[in-house]
Formats: sequence, structure tokens, C-alpha cells
Amino acid sequence: MAKLFAVTIILIAIGSAIPIVMHMWPMPADISLNGHLIDEQYADTMMEAGLAFLSSQILLAIFIWKFSHPKPDAKVKYFPGGARVLVIAGFLLVGTEVVALGVFGAKAWGMAYFTPPAADAIPIQVQAQQFAFYFRYPGPDGKFGPIHPNLIDDAEGNYFGLDTTNDQDSKDDIVTAEIAVPVNREVHLFMHSRDLGHSFYVPELRVHQDFVPGLDLTIHFTATKIGRYEIVCTQLCGLGHYAMTAYLDVKSQEDYETWLKQQAALQ
Amino acid sequence: MRNGRNFTVVLSTVVLISCGALILGQKVNAAGEGKITGTVKLEGPAPHMRGIDMSKDPWCVKQHANSPAHIETWVVGSDGALENVVLYISQGLNGTEMAAVPKSVPVFDQKNCMYVPHVLAMDTSQDYKVITSDQTTHNIHPLPNPMTGNIPWNESQPPGAAPIVKNWKHEEVAIPVQCNIHPWMHGWFVVVKGPYATTDDKGEYTINNVPPGSYTVTAWHEPDMTQTAKVTVASGQAATANFSFKAGR
Amino acid sequence: MHEVSAHAAHGAPTSFIRKYIFSLDHKVIGKQYYALALVAVFVGMFLSWLMRLHLGFANYAIPGLHLLSKTGAPGNVMTPEYYLQLMTMHGTIMVFFVLTTAPFAAFGNFFLPIQVGAEDMPFPHFNMMSFWVTFVAFLVLISSFFVGDGPTLAGWTQYAPLSAVGSVAGPGQGLGEILWASSIAIFCVGQLLGSLNFITTTLDMRTKGMSLMRMPLTSWAWFITSLMGLTAFAVLMPACILLILDHVAGTSFFIASNLVISGQLLHHSGGSTLLWQHLFWFFGHPEVYIAIVPGMGIVSHVLITNMRRPLLSHRVIIACMTSIGVLSYMVYGHHMFVSGMNPASSLAFSFPTLIITIPATIIVLIWIGSLYGSKLRINAASLFALGFISMFISGGVSGFFLAQPSIDIMLHATYFVVGHFHLVMAVAAIFGIFAGTYFWFPKMTGHMMNETLGKLHFWLTFVGAYCIFMPFHYLGIAANVRRYQAFTDPYLIPLIPVHKFITVAALATGAAQFIFLYNLVHSRFWGAAAPDNPWEGTSLEWSTATPPPHNNFGDKMPVVYHDPYEYNIEGASSEYVMQTSPEQYTNPHEEK
Repeated sequence: MAKLFAVTIILIAIGSAIPIVMHMWPMPADISLNGHLIDEQYADTMMEAGLAFLSSQILLAIFIWKFSHPKPDAKVKYFPGGARVLVIAGFLLVGTEVVALGVFGAKAWGMAYFTPPAADAIPIQVQAQQFAFYFRYPGPDGKFGPIHPNLIDDAEGNYFGLDTTNDQDSKDDIVTAEIAVPVNREVHLFMHSRDLGHSFYVPELRVHQDFVPGLDLTIHFTATKIGRYEIVCTQLCGLGHYAMTAYLDVKSQEDYETWLKQQAALQ
Repeated sequence: MRNGRNFTVVLSTVVLISCGALILGQKVNAAGEGKITGTVKLEGPAPHMRGIDMSKDPWCVKQHANSPAHIETWVVGSDGALENVVLYISQGLNGTEMAAVPKSVPVFDQKNCMYVPHVLAMDTSQDYKVITSDQTTHNIHPLPNPMTGNIPWNESQPPGAAPIVKNWKHEEVAIPVQCNIHPWMHGWFVVVKGPYATTDDKGEYTINNVPPGSYTVTAWHEPDMTQTAKVTVASGQAATANFSFKAGR
Repeated sequence: MHEVSAHAAHGAPTSFIRKYIFSLDHKVIGKQYYALALVAVFVGMFLSWLMRLHLGFANYAIPGLHLLSKTGAPGNVMTPEYYLQLMTMHGTIMVFFVLTTAPFAAFGNFFLPIQVGAEDMPFPHFNMMSFWVTFVAFLVLISSFFVGDGPTLAGWTQYAPLSAVGSVAGPGQGLGEILWASSIAIFCVGQLLGSLNFITTTLDMRTKGMSLMRMPLTSWAWFITSLMGLTAFAVLMPACILLILDHVAGTSFFIASNLVISGQLLHHSGGSTLLWQHLFWFFGHPEVYIAIVPGMGIVSHVLITNMRRPLLSHRVIIACMTSIGVLSYMVYGHHMFVSGMNPASSLAFSFPTLIITIPATIIVLIWIGSLYGSKLRINAASLFALGFISMFISGGVSGFFLAQPSIDIMLHATYFVVGHFHLVMAVAAIFGIFAGTYFWFPKMTGHMMNETLGKLHFWLTFVGAYCIFMPFHYLGIAANVRRYQAFTDPYLIPLIPVHKFITVAALATGAAQFIFLYNLVHSRFWGAAAPDNPWEGTSLEWSTATPPPHNNFGDKMPVVYHDPYEYNIEGASSEYVMQTSPEQYTNPHEEK
């Protein structure tokens, strides 16, 4: 039985690696300017994790195979170098590996969070609510009008609670149910939650950020490929969480401007 | 002897006639129930109702590919005909009349990601039914005012789900109802005591089964606009009450 | 340490109630905890079947489900809210009432006093209360299935404001939520009472000759776990109380201002969304180590006995378990990398998270290194111990990815995380419980379990668990978001066949657990009589009768002369030397 167990472990280890190596269910393709940093980090990690996984499972299997059902008079042997070698190996191999991952991974994180948005980044606001995302463009004045929670009226289509009669800055704001961005232009995304915790995740864009009720925060990104992508909520927000989606359209600069004009006319 | 016989005949006749009058009299009362009818109009130009962008749910978008949906705050037909106004008797009914619960079950449908009808009127304790005709999941979330004693509920209906049957115990004009999955979906439950009616696409309404008497009729339009009129219903007759609303707050 | 543990002495009980119900005897309390965990694990597993049926086969009408909840499953089809409610209860029951209860409270209560040579724990009344308080917590939690609109749907993590604002946010968020928070607060009390006993037993009740370094690794694991429990649960309890206050007292600890839910403007103001997450995860991360450290102790203990040799270093294992315990408090922010917390904090938390890999790796290397040159016996207990190592490697390796904030951008809240924690908790920690059961059942009940059934149980569970949880990682890499009751987004639809495979594997593996249940119950009553030391073990539990007498050791308390794992020591007169053996010799491999 021990030998069967050893073989099973090896088969499972190799079998587990196959879908990864064969890219059977790959990570969605990157369409962002800085996403490659994440992808490189991921590839490095996969290699190291894969090595650690396979080597330790195989070693476990080999030792189970070799040292079970011993002869009754066999003497117990000690691993060469004993515990000391293994402790040193643990510190050196794993220690340096994880510190390296941590240090080099900081670059990808820093690009997303420690670099300010470009001065000409397009400001767009996204509001999360049970169970939809709505978007707001500031219009020609470049300013978002104030939000009045007591004026919110979804039945009237006033998702943000804008007072377009009295607030000058709100008059040219454009509220949409989809977000469109021009390709290769940086977007400065202002994130506001109307009610609960939600999250903004676009896998292809390598962007993932929770909304925090009471704390408006911003992220920035640049999309590099024209297409239509899904934005999904990843923070459990109630019964409709699975259905909380919106679409991100990356368009050419021309198509984007046409779309924005059309949306403005519908306000 | 002849006196006794005469007396018996007279007494029997009187009893018979009285019974007859009692029975026929009741029929006369039932046959005497009248109605209140009329038209409700919107004064002035109809406010522009914006289109609804349903892009978060591609199934909803598909259903409206050829007939775009619009916000339904003001649904105005030709000649100012105002739809979705609920008419009910706010004063003049006695206890028995108010307590009577109709046996019919009004139906609230979720169709093409909109509520049909937009406004559902019903009596207190009258069962109403929520159904879904859509191939996308909805949740129905009425939010009554806590002061009325009506208890809020929130249940979802996946495609093909069985109808949800509920009723409201207390009068409330009116309870907003919404879908959280499709935030543009908004409707109203208007819970009244006694007979009621809702205006159709011609702005016309008829409240049936109104006993003869003098009443105040209230017309309600969302979100909280009301008008009243006094009518007198003669037995078997229709009284008329027309209303006119102005848009804007 | 004490020569006579006078203040723990209590006379043998005579009444039925004192013997089996309100018992002061740590052995009975341990068995009561085990029974509670056994009920909880089958309830939790049943809930997971319901979840997997719904996920693999959307809108499947599960026969009879409407009997569990008429509004939750009209026509036997689970509604979205009911899925989340079942999911919340599954997680809560498993984490609290199985993984904290069985490896720690059940086995620890039974064996810690015996392994250190004590008659009982120093506070037997607190100990009895700890079980019954935990039992009440379980009842309060289960009761939420039967109230109004059912249990809370906010997940076992109960993030605010969803968990704090009440029923306007969804079904189950009113009374169901309050019952959840109350249940967990009560559970914390039980754990604190238990931890108190474990710590004082370890420090004060060891018998003559039992130095700290001579304690078996299971005792060390329980000691370290109880220290973690004391501090972690002490934070969760006030967090739950604050949550309840937000519901019933109009406070706004976790609710920010100006929130509009379903068109309703809430009157709460000034609270902090992230405060809940900090409090919860300060508890939550040590909690998962509370779930795994006893298993590490059990695996070490079971493996040593079945390898017929001590581990390469006793000291290193203790140091590693301790450093894992200490580091576990510094890593909790890795659950919050994209939460909106300061991104610099995210980086700060990622370093201890990566570093905690080191002691975990060293433990695995010591285990594997100790297998080298050993005389390995294969039985149900050792198979599960070895299986633990394989599962722990698999689950641990996915941690490399999640520990890095930049990669977490892609994998946060996906099935990758769900695969990671199920491999380490639902599989590895459970394997620790199985290993402990097969190993200690004879001592606890006086009967042997059926070896053939045990091996069959192992094979089906080992292969089945990999079939269930490995694919979760592939789903996560493909960006399959978690806590979704259905997969309607276009990009998720191609992944549904994987979900179907997982569901079939889950149902089959679940069915295999009934082999274990049958074995447990059948052996308890009709198993072969167990000798005092069926595995030829050396630690104190094997030096006493099977099952142990009321005061654990009979007339004389044991005196300890040896380290806990003297197997195949050169110079010794026999293949194994029990800790109580007065035989003297020099051990050439003794750690100095």
C-alpha cells in the first residue's frame, strides 16, 4: 500500500501541474499599460511555487516508497546533516525566495499605488450600489457636482443624487450605465460607494480595488486594447452580488468622443 | 270564527309581504350599488421621460432592442391622459364596507425588466401575486413606512420561479417597490381600504361596487401627489369625478 | 510543577448527570467536544453539498429543499439569497465548531492533562462551562435557520456595513445577523474558559520529571494554540458586541455617514467600514493557525510513533510552531490588501506573510527528512498524517501567490483563495483530526477501529479531496469570482464544466465520510478490545489503562524519566522506551 500511495502522490502532483503548464484555463489576457509587471511577477512565482510543490511532493513520495515496510532488523538512519541542514535549507531557499518575491513585487504594486495619475488623465467617477455600477463624467467644466444623498431617486434615474437645478457643477455632468474610455489614455477613476462594501475588478485591466463606504478613493489605469470588458463586483454585497456587473468599452479616441456626446444628449 | 279566519289571512299576508319586501329590498340594495368613474389628465406639457440604459444585463437590453424603455414617473397618453393614478374612497364608507376584502388577486409582473403594471392597487389583507415572465433573476423589495405596521420583505425570483403571494395588513398610500438587481425597476403598491381603481392608458377609471352614499374620492399619483373630490353615488348610478395634476414639485 | 496535583482532584462522579452530562472530567469534556464537532462537520458538509449542487447545476430543484426553507427554496430551487445564507452557515459552522473544536478542544481536553501527567485540569468547573457555553453558541447559531427570513447572508467574515445595517440590506440581516453575532460572542467566552485551562495545565500541572521540553509535540501544539486563542478570541468578542450594538442600540461603530440603501437614507453616521475588517482579521488570521497548529502536533506525534524514530529535531519543531504563532498576529492585513487600507500597510503586511513560509517549510522539511531512514508503518492513522503533509504542501504553496499584494490584485476574492484555504483547513486540518481519531480512538473508548475501513476511508478522501480542491485554483487564475451563487457573466460560462466536475467529486468524497462515521459508531460498541498500548507508543497516555481511570493514572501519579520519543535509540534495551521507564542509558542523538 505504501508504494501505491507514493505513486498516487506523484501522479496527483504531476496531474495538478498539467492544467497550469498547458494553460487550459489561462489568466485573461492583459490589456493594460503596467499589467505586464504583475504578469511577470506571477510567472516567476508560478515557477518557484511549482518547483517547491513538485520537488517536495516527489521527495515525500520517494521516502514513503523507500522507508515503509522495513526489514525487522533494519537500523534507523539519519538524514545527512540532520535538522541543521534542513533548517539552513529552509532559511536560504525559501527565505531568499520569498524576500526576493516581496522586494521585486513591490514594483508592480508601486506602479499602481505609489505613482500619481498623469496630469491629463481623464477623470471618471464610478459609484457602486446594490447591485449595479453607475458612472459619471464631469463634462466640459471638468468638475463633478456635489452628491446629495437625500436627492437620490433611482426611479427618476438620479442615481447619484445630483441637483442639476441649483448646483452649477452638476449641470454638465454625464451619468451613464457603462464606462467608455479612450485607448492608450490614462483614466483617473474616482470610486464612491453609495451603500455597502463593493469592489471594482476588471481582470484584463489588472485592476482590483474595493470601495469603502465613507472613504472615497481613486485608482488610475491605462487600457491598451480596444474591446468590451466586464467589470465585476468581488466584495459580497447581498443577494444580487453575482449579478453586479457593468461593461467597460475601450474605444478609439474618435469613437469615445462620439459616444460621450451621445450620452450627454441623453441626460 | 270568521273574525279569526280573517285575522289569520291578514296576518299571513302582512308577513308574506314583509318577507317579500325584505328579500326584494335586499336585491334592490345590491342592484343599487353604483360606481364612480372619470378621467384624470395632466395639465401642461408632459415632462420628458428619459430612456433607461439596461446595459448591466444583456438579456434586458435584448428585450428592448426594438422598443426602448423609458422612466415611468409620468405616463401620459394623447390629450394629456394620465395613467397610473389610483382612485379610492378616502371618506364615507362604513366599517363593514371597509372591512370587506375582494376575492380577486391582483398580479404584479416582472416583464422585460420592468414592472407591469407600474402601480398595483389593492385592499388591505387582499392577496396579491408577484410573478416573473423574465429569463433573468429579479428580487422584489417593497419598503413600507415602518410607522404603518406593514412589514417589509425582500425575496428573489429566478426565471420560472413560482409566484409569490402576499398581502398587506395596513393601509398605506403608497409603498415603493424596487428590484435591487435592476435598479431602474421601480413600482408602487397602493394599499387602501374599500373599492379602488387605477387609470388606464386613456386616463380613464371606474370604481365599481360603490354603495349609494356621499364620499370623498382621492386620486393619488406618485410619489405623494393627491387630490380629492366629493361625490354622491345614487343607487345603481355612476357618479363622475375628474382630476387634473400638474407635473413638477 | 507539582508532585501531587491536589487542587485538581475531584472525586469520581456517581450520578448519571455528573458522569455524562455536566461532567467535570476533562476526558468526558473532550469526548463531548468531539461529539459536537462530529455533528457540526456533518451539518457543514451537508450544506456544502447543497451549495455545490446549486453551483454545478444552476437552478437544480433539490428534492425536499423547500422543507428546509419555504421562501429560500420555493419549488426546491435555491434562491440567490438562500445560497449565500447556506454558504455563511457552512463557513461559520466549519471554522468555529469543527476546526477550532475538534483538534484543539476535543483532543486537547482529553489528552493534554494525561500527556503532562496531571489528574485533570486546574479549573474543572470552568472547563465544564467551556463545553456547555460552546454548545449553547451552536444552538443559537443553528436557530437562525428557523427564524423569519433565515440566517445572515454576509459570509463567515461578516463585513460591515452589510453586517451592521440591518434587514434593509437583505434577507437574514435582521434577526439572523443578531443571532450570528450573539452565537460567536458566546463561543468566544467558551474558548477563553478553555484556553485558561490549557495554559494553566501546561504551566502548573506537569508531573514530576515532566519538564517543558519533555512534553510531547501535541502538548506543545495545544499550549501554543491556547495562547493564540486567549488573545484572538478576546478581540473577536468585543467586535461582535459592537456589531450587535449597531443593530439594536442605534450606534454606528461600523457604519459610515450618508449611506443610502434601497433608496433609504440611513441615520447612522461617523463609523468606520475598515474597523470591522481590522478587528475581524486580527482574530481571523490567528484563528486559522489555531485550526492548523494542533494538526501539526498530531501529525508529528502520530508520524513519530509510526516511523519508530523521533523527528530530526524536537526543538526546531517547537520553535517553528511558536514562531508561526507569534507571526500569525503580524500578517492579518494580507486579507485586506485591496480593501482600501493604506497601500503601504499592504506592503508592510506582505513581508511577515512571506516570512511565515519559512517556519512552515522547515516543519515540512523536518517531517520529510525524518522519514528518511525510518521504519515507517502504514496504517489509517499514519496514512492520514502523511496525507496531511501532502495537503499542507499543496495548500501552502498557493500562499506564495496570495502573500504578494501585486499578485493578489488578480487573485483576491477568486476561487484561488477558496482553493488555498480549503486545502489547508478543510483538508489538512481535517486530516489531522482523522489521524488523531484513528490513533487515539483505542485509548479514548477501549475499542479498536476497523483498519480496512480506515484505509478505504483514507484512499477515497485523499484522492477525492484533490479532485475537489485542485481545480479551484485553475478557476481562480481564470478570474472566477467567489461567493457567486450562479455564473451568468459571459466570461464565466466556459468555466461551468469545471464546476460540474467539482460537484460530482464533492458528493462522492462526502459520501465516503459515512464510512468513517460507520466505523466510528460500530467500533465504539462492537470494536475489538483495545490493549493499553496498541501502537507501542512512549508518551504518558500509553502508560496508563485503556480507557484511563477517573484520575488518569490510578493509585500513583507517574514519574517521567525520558524525552517523549525514545524509539530505536542506540543503547536502549528495547525498541521503544516509555517516558515512565526508569531505565537509564545515554542517547547519542540527544539534543543538547
